[in-house]
Amino acid sequence: MNESPIIEANGLTKVFDNSFKAVDEVSFEVGRREIFGFLGPNGAGKTTTIKMLSTLLKPTAGTATIDSHSITSDSDGVRHTIGIVFQDPALDDELTGRENLDFHARMYGMNGRQRSQRIAEVLRLTDLEDRADVQVKKYSSGMKRRLEIARGLMHYPKVLFLDEPTLGLDAQTRRTIWDYILKLNREENVTIFLTTHYMEEADFLCHRVAIIDHGRIIVSDTPENLKGSIGSDMITLECSDPGKLSNRLQTEKWVENVKVHGPTMIVGLRHSEEKIPEIVDIAREIDVKVRSITTRKPTLEDVFLYFTGKQIRESEVTASERMRQMLAARRR
Amino acid sequence: MSLISGQAIYVMWLRDVKRFVRARSRLIGNVIQPFFFLAILGFGLSSAIFPGIPSGFKFVDFLTPGIVAMAVLFSSIFAGVSVLWDKQFGFLQEVLVAPVSRLSIVLGRTLGGATTALIQGFIILGVALALGVKVTLQGMLLGVILMVLIAFTAVGFGLIVASQMEDFHGFQLIMNLLVFPLFFTSSAIFPLEGLPAWLKTIAYLNPLTYGVDGLRQSLIGFSSIPIQVDLTVLIIISAVMMTAATYLFSKSEA
Repeated sequence: MNESPIIEANGLTKVFDNSFKAVDEVSFEVGRREIFGFLGPNGAGKTTTIKMLSTLLKPTAGTATIDSHSITSDSDGVRHTIGIVFQDPALDDELTGRENLDFHARMYGMNGRQRSQRIAEVLRLTDLEDRADVQVKKYSSGMKRRLEIARGLMHYPKVLFLDEPTLGLDAQTRRTIWDYILKLNREENVTIFLTTHYMEEADFLCHRVAIIDHGRIIVSDTPENLKGSIGSDMITLECSDPGKLSNRLQTEKWVENVKVHGPTMIVGLRHSEEKIPEIVDIAREIDVKVRSITTRKPTLEDVFLYFTGKQIRESEVTASERMRQMLAARRR
Repeated sequence: MSLISGQAIYVMWLRDVKRFVRARSRLIGNVIQPFFFLAILGFGLSSAIFPGIPSGFKFVDFLTPGIVAMAVLFSSIFAGVSVLWDKQFGFLQEVLVAPVSRLSIVLGRTLGGATTALIQGFIILGVALALGVKVTLQGMLLGVILMVLIAFTAVGFGLIVASQMEDFHGFQLIMNLLVFPLFFTSSAIFPLEGLPAWLKTIAYLNPLTYGVDGLRQSLIGFSSIPIQVDLTVLIIISAVMMTAATYLFSKSEA
């Protein structure tokens, strides 16, 4: 019984008033103490899913339970079970770190002794002890994130939701936050549900990843299996007639899979360094000009490209995120 | 989830008070405007003769309760509308996701707004005393009750306005279109007695009129409307505002 999934979502759907379908019949399970990630571009429906799971939005259709509490009929039970770190900072800048934690603890009905003990614990966990009595407006963006994580843990939640936990942070701060996430998963035994559009983040942190696009889960597995599913090695090839070449290559036994996206072609296979000359020979035989060829181990980026035909790139970053990064940079 | 959570109400209140104490520039701004009204209007119009002001009372005496009401009104409406700040800065989500009823959230916010509004009302009262206004201290308890009722009404009104707006852009419009007319037609700066019929009608329809009139009775010692009427109207209107605010707030999604 104890090892039943802690989150079970069944056909979760959200249609907004303007008939935009943000989340489209999403079903998944998250195991206890797992780090589970939703990976997808902005606007894929990640935040909407979190808002439904955290009872901030009512689903249009479908259901989900968190530790057997239904998100539609037992929102109070769900709220006691979960902690959440929102995509946008949700701290009171005028209050100190400790006061923000105290506010949270009282909202969750913790008594004085529980509060002071737990505040000390989460401050230690996130290394914020020496800044606890400073107003939050004087914190760096990395410290704010840590404080929000600390706050999300205050009431001993069984599930912690992290919505884009490192959005707008620099590379070094991002690494630090990753370390804290792994640490609290280990030390607090808390299940973590995170969303991200950073491939490396999903790869580094998540035990399992669901790739989500246009409100639908495309595929879901461990990062290793996802990467393995498209071949042990990957060749990206640009040529004059990818359609023709891919038809020809599919007849070769050593080719695990081929996908064509416009002028480029992705080939999954083993021992790519030996097979590159062979591919070039085949192309020459059937009069296809190869313009460029690269080989590497597949990343989640490739998995995403393989399944959706699109790339999640920094260039897709929306105007609002650029704005946020700009503001974050100015504050530093 | 219990409908009323004392600890949540307390901590919402505590947060408002802490923010109020720390934002000194806001405090100064909120006190200076009524101070100018009181000092400049009070003494500028000191030789004008209005029907409805009993002999033995100066115009500044008449004006003081109106300006106290104004300070309470403006800061309470702002406290209500400031839920939009929380929306903009994300803090509202933290509040809404907590296992606390929306009623408790509205109550905490209202008590916080009322407390800070009353502090400002008392600062104006202190200024008035320093300017030589004769404030009767025996009516103070009634004065506090009236200020609380005005504050509840105005915080509720602010919350209602906030629930209909996405951000702060419309706030100035609301102030100019609704709040200033409310203030000017409330008999805060001139007595009801000498008014043309149409303006008198508007004044009687304006709930703030009863707050100002009641304050004048309790703080200075004369008024145009019986105090029982003032209290009844204010109790009803504040209950209506709070109910509407709670209803609209509980419908809002983060």
